[in-house]
Amino acid sequence: MQPDTAVSIPERPVQPDGVLHSAADHAHIADVAQLRESTLLRAVLTSQPFWVTIALLILVVVMSLTEPSFASVDNVANITRNFAPFGIMALGMTIVIITGGIDLSVGSVMGLVSIVAGLFLTWGHSWVVAFAMGFLTGILCGAVNGFFVAYVGMPSFVVTLGMLAIARSLAVVFSGNQMLYKFGPSAPTVKAIGQFKWPLREASGGWAPEWMPEFSGQFWAMLALGALVGAVFIFSAWARHLFAIGGNENAARLTGVPVNRIKWQAFVFCSFCASLAALLMLGYNGSAINAMGTGYELRVIAATVIGGAELLGGAGTAFGAIIGSALLEVIRNALLMAGIDSNWQGAFVGAFIVLAVLLGMQSGGKSIFANLWDRLKTLGK
Amino acid sequence: MSLLEIRNVAKSFGAIRAVNGISLTVGAGEVIGLMGDNGAGKSTMVKLIAGNFPPTEGEIMVDGKTCHFHKPIEARAQGIEVVYQDLALADNLTAAQNVFLGRELKKRVGPFLILDKQAMIDRSAALFAELQSETRPRDLVRKMSGGQRQAVAIARTRLANAKLVLMDEPTAAISVRQVAQVLALIERMKAKGVSVMLISHRMPDVFAVCDRIVVMRRGSKVADKQTAQTSPEEITGLITGAIRAA
Repeated sequence: MQPDTAVSIPERPVQPDGVLHSAADHAHIADVAQLRESTLLRAVLTSQPFWVTIALLILVVVMSLTEPSFASVDNVANITRNFAPFGIMALGMTIVIITGGIDLSVGSVMGLVSIVAGLFLTWGHSWVVAFAMGFLTGILCGAVNGFFVAYVGMPSFVVTLGMLAIARSLAVVFSGNQMLYKFGPSAPTVKAIGQFKWPLREASGGWAPEWMPEFSGQFWAMLALGALVGAVFIFSAWARHLFAIGGNENAARLTGVPVNRIKWQAFVFCSFCASLAALLMLGYNGSAINAMGTGYELRVIAATVIGGAELLGGAGTAFGAIIGSALLEVIRNALLMAGIDSNWQGAFVGAFIVLAVLLGMQSGGKSIFANLWDRLKTLGK
Repeated sequence: MSLLEIRNVAKSFGAIRAVNGISLTVGAGEVIGLMGDNGAGKSTMVKLIAGNFPPTEGEIMVDGKTCHFHKPIEARAQGIEVVYQDLALADNLTAAQNVFLGRELKKRVGPFLILDKQAMIDRSAALFAELQSETRPRDLVRKMSGGQRQAVAIARTRLANAKLVLMDEPTAAISVRQVAQVLALIERMKAKGVSVMLISHRMPDVFAVCDRIVVMRRGSKVADKQTAQTSPEEITGLITGAIRAA
């Protein structure tokens, strides 16, 4: 082979100086590609939770002006208590959805947890034992879900659909299809936990002024859990791995992220949240029914998605989970106050889900309208 | 002593013999092109070196020591890093987050060990500067060009000061201008004394940057030549089998 044949090879333009570094002759890449670093302001303005918060504020202002009783201290306490269990569950759901999974079993897990805890109370055990068994049952459900999804590799939709049926069925069987309410010696403590309020107004023996709502224990529990999850999202490597799994599971695996373990933990945490919500509701109601949480999975998923979690994985926030739950409850409450037949609620809630996701769609830095226009143009071709 | 020495390595999957007794050396700072048609055994070869699975027969030696890799993390501990064809990047994370994925820097605040974001951003920025890439640490990977993505994947290998970087088809799916960027990145790694094994179908790219070209056909090595002493025509012949061996 003649050495000169090598010379005849067309040279690739490997002159980095010509290609990359003549900043004077070339426009900066940011000007051309509209590439902008994700600054804080931009991150806020393009985030769905931000716009959902705006929508929530508008709704609250309009309702307060048109319906005086809406902004009353009692109604505020009422609304915040009603959505707290959903907010708690939405936090867990957000974590599962970030990994690209879904948990359809949360409602049924609630039912099973409340029956198990209710049974232990009925048998005269202390509330500590009952709640511990409740949490254990819920966490076990999550561990089973997580095992089949993370380690066996089954789709989470199928696994948790199975758990939805199994947990509800077990709840019915264990309860003998009876409502449990004779809670033995721990009954007052359980009720005190479920109906805890803070701060108390003077009328209830506290110090708070008349204009301050007496926020429920559920609400405070949700805020505490929300702060915890938010902190984990911001500060921990665990959460970063969670997002990486949702973005590109294979990449996460190749870079040494313990993908299976983290996915399993996500499902366990989601069921833990459902258990917490169930036990708080059990305490508030002072009774356990096997139908607790029926259909809640849809509201929780709706709240999570409205709050900006991406069903395909890789995006979601703690704040979004809570604000999404709040928006759904305020809509529900507003409809009730406006005297609209409660059968219409589903239609409104459904429309809001679609609307919220539509408003949040700002893919590629373009507004939803620009995207819609582009899509119409491509359809026309 | 060469950085990587492979002796008579073979790999079988059941009855299929994907790699059949290959010997190969890679010196420090050397850029080697690994070429071959689909099914020639290139990917299996890469996976053997990267530690995805151990060879059925033969030895892999790094710095003169025999290694038995069962997981990529073990190969990584020996200074062997892989830039996968799909780059193994999470689109929803930023450049810096991807560079440090799986080995995040942490700092202690009270009882907690939290992410040291600023340190990771600074370190990534330094790596991108070293690679002379216009990639910025806070940019989302989703919004990056193919060349910038390559820079992120390569920066990841620089993090651990890899001695050998395997690049699987880095120029397969990107534009001409970005190909030039990637080849420039390879030149810079070479200048830093890093060995590169470039697995590619693209003849001009291999000839532009590689010191030596290894050709595989049906699991065997059919050529191992200095780039200056061969030609695209000869390599093409070797790949297709028109030339049996060289």
